[in-house]
Amino acid sequence: MRGADYIIKRIAFAVVTVFVAITINFALFRLAPGDAVSNLSRIPHATAETRNAIKQQFGLDKSRGEQYVLYLKQLAHGNMGISFANSQPVTDNLRTALANSIPMVLVGTLFAIVIGTLTGVIAAWRRGTAAEGASVTTALSFYSMPTHWLGLMLVILFTGILPTGGMTNEFLINPSWWTHVEDVAKHMILPALTLGLVLFGEYTLIVRSAMLETLGEDYVLTARAKGLRPWAIVRKHALRNALLPIATLVALSLGYIVAGAILIETVFSWPGIGRAVYDAVLQRDYPMLQGAFLILTVSVVFFNLVADLLYFKLDPRITQ
Amino acid sequence: MSVVLHEPGAVEQPAPARRRGASLWDSIRSRPSAVVGAVILLVVTGAAVLAPWIAPYGLHDQVGPVFGHPSWSHPLGLDDGGIDMVTNLIWGARISLVVGFAATYVSMVIGGVIGITAGYFGGKTDTILMRITDYFLVIPDVPLMIVVAAIWGPSLFHIVIVIGILLWTGTARVLRAQVKSVRERVYVKRARALGAGHVRIIFRHVLPQVAPLLIANTVLTIAVAIFDETALAFLGLGDPSRISLGKVIENAFQRAAISSGAWWAIVPPGALVAIVILACSLVGGALEDAFNPRLRVAHVSARTFRLRPLVGRSSESL
Repeated sequence: MRGADYIIKRIAFAVVTVFVAITINFALFRLAPGDAVSNLSRIPHATAETRNAIKQQFGLDKSRGEQYVLYLKQLAHGNMGISFANSQPVTDNLRTALANSIPMVLVGTLFAIVIGTLTGVIAAWRRGTAAEGASVTTALSFYSMPTHWLGLMLVILFTGILPTGGMTNEFLINPSWWTHVEDVAKHMILPALTLGLVLFGEYTLIVRSAMLETLGEDYVLTARAKGLRPWAIVRKHALRNALLPIATLVALSLGYIVAGAILIETVFSWPGIGRAVYDAVLQRDYPMLQGAFLILTVSVVFFNLVADLLYFKLDPRITQ
Repeated sequence: MSVVLHEPGAVEQPAPARRRGASLWDSIRSRPSAVVGAVILLVVTGAAVLAPWIAPYGLHDQVGPVFGHPSWSHPLGLDDGGIDMVTNLIWGARISLVVGFAATYVSMVIGGVIGITAGYFGGKTDTILMRITDYFLVIPDVPLMIVVAAIWGPSLFHIVIVIGILLWTGTARVLRAQVKSVRERVYVKRARALGAGHVRIIFRHVLPQVAPLLIANTVLTIAVAIFDETALAFLGLGDPSRISLGKVIENAFQRAAISSGAWWAIVPPGALVAIVILACSLVGGALEDAFNPRLRVAHVSARTFRLRPLVGRSSESL
C-alpha cells in the first residue's frame, strides 16, 4: 500500500519535527549564553537559601542532560511550568488564551477565503481586463500592508462606531448569555476584519494562479466547445480542480495565522495566544513565552500535516 | 496538460554576460507595473541614501509643538516629540532598508549555498539538505524572532541575523529545482567531460544561469524582511537607539497618536512600508515570472480562446 506508506511518512515527519521544536525550545531558553533561567538565580542580595530554592525549582542544580530529560518528562505530563506573571500553571493560561484566539482567527480566515476565492476566480476568468487588474492590485495592496498598521487604520476609521479593544464590555455585569455573545461578536468584528483583509490578498493570488492553470487544460476547452455556460465551466471544471492547491495552501497558512495573530491581538487587546506572547515579552515571563512559542510551532507543524493529508485525500496520484 | 512553451533543458548556449544583464532590465521594462515598482524602489532607496543631505530638519530637533498639525513648513506634521514627520520618514526608511538588504543578503547566501549544493550534487547531500530545509520551513518566523529578541535583547544585528537565518528556505528550494535542470544541460556535461572541477562548473556554468532567479527571489525577501522588522519594532523589540519605519509607527501608537487625533503621525509611515513592500512584490514577481521556467506555462484565455503565454515575453528571455 503506497498510500498508507505516504501517510505514515508524513506523520513520522510531523512527530520528528515536533521533537526538534521541543529541543530548540529547550536550547533557546536554557543553553544560550546569558540565558533567561540562570539569570533568575542571580538576584542581588538574595540569601543562599533563596538562590538554592530557585535553582532547585528550575532544575539548575542538575546537568544540562538531566535538565533536558526533566523538561521532556514535564511536557509529557502537560506541565509547562508556572507563569511568573500570575502564578498560574502556564498550561491553563495557554488553554484560556487559545480558546479566545480560535473563534476570532476562524471568522477572519473564513472571510479571507470567501473574498479571496471570489476575487481570484474573477481575476483568472477575466484575464487581461480591468477586472483582473483591479482585483490583483487590491489584493497586492492589502497583502503589502503591515498587519498592525492596517489594524490601527481600522481603529482610526471605526472609533466610536465599533469597540476597538478587548473582548467584552467590562461594564456589562452578569449579562444574559445572548447579550454576552452579542457583546463578544461586536468586539470581534475589527480584529477579524483586519485578519481577513491582510490574508485575502494572498488567497486571491493563489486562487488566480491555480485557476489560470486549470483554465488552460484541455478539458476546459472541451467544456467550452460543448457549449457549457461560463459559470458552469468555472464551477464544475476549473474551480473544482483548482481546489487542490488552494485547499492545501489554506491549511498551510492556518498555522502561520495563529502566529500572525500576535500583532492583531496586540492592537485590539484581544486576550488570545498572541496577546499572551506580547505580555510575556513585556513582563519577561519566560515560562509563558516558552510555552506559547511551543504551541505556535506545534500548530504550524500540525497544519502542515493536515495540508499533506488533505493533498493526499484530494489527489491520490501524489504517491505515484 | 498545459502547453509548455519552452523546455528548460533545450537551451544549449549560455547567454553572454552582457545580454543577461540586459534581459534582467528587459523583463522589468516589459511590464508597466514592474516599472512603477522599480521607480518607487529607486526613489525610496535614493532618499534613504541621501538622508543626511535631503532631510529638511534634524532627526532629534524639536521644531514645533507635540503632534503639531501639518503645515507648509511641515507637510506631514510633527510627531510625539515635535520632530518633523518627513525627516522621520526619510531616516526611518534608511534603517528599514538597511535591515531589509542586510537580512536578505544573509538569507541569499545561505539559501544560495544550500540550494546550489543540494541541486548540483543530488543524492544523499540533496536529501539531507532538503530535510533540514523542511524543518526550517515550519518554524514560524515572527514568534522565533520575538523569542530571540526577548532573550538576547533588541538590537539591529539580532534582527538581521534572525530574519536572515529564517528566510532562506524559499530561495534554497527554488534554486535547487533550477540547478537540477541546469546540471543536465549539454554544456555542463561537456565542461565536466573536459575535466572541469565542481567548483569551476558551479561558478562558471551553473551560477550564471541561476543568478537571475536568485535576484528575483532576493527582491521578494527584502519585502518580508522589512515587514518583519516593522512587526518586531511594534512589539517593542526593535533597536531602541535607531529610528526605523516600524519604530515610528510604534512611537506614535505608544504615545497615543490615535486618541490625540494625530493621524499624520501614524498613517504615512505604515503607508510607506506598504508602498515599499508592494514595489518589491511587483519587481520580484515580474523577475520571477521571467526567470522561473516553471511559471512560464501557456494557457487558453477563457474569453478570447487564444493561446497566450502567462508572461508577456516569449522564449528568448532565458
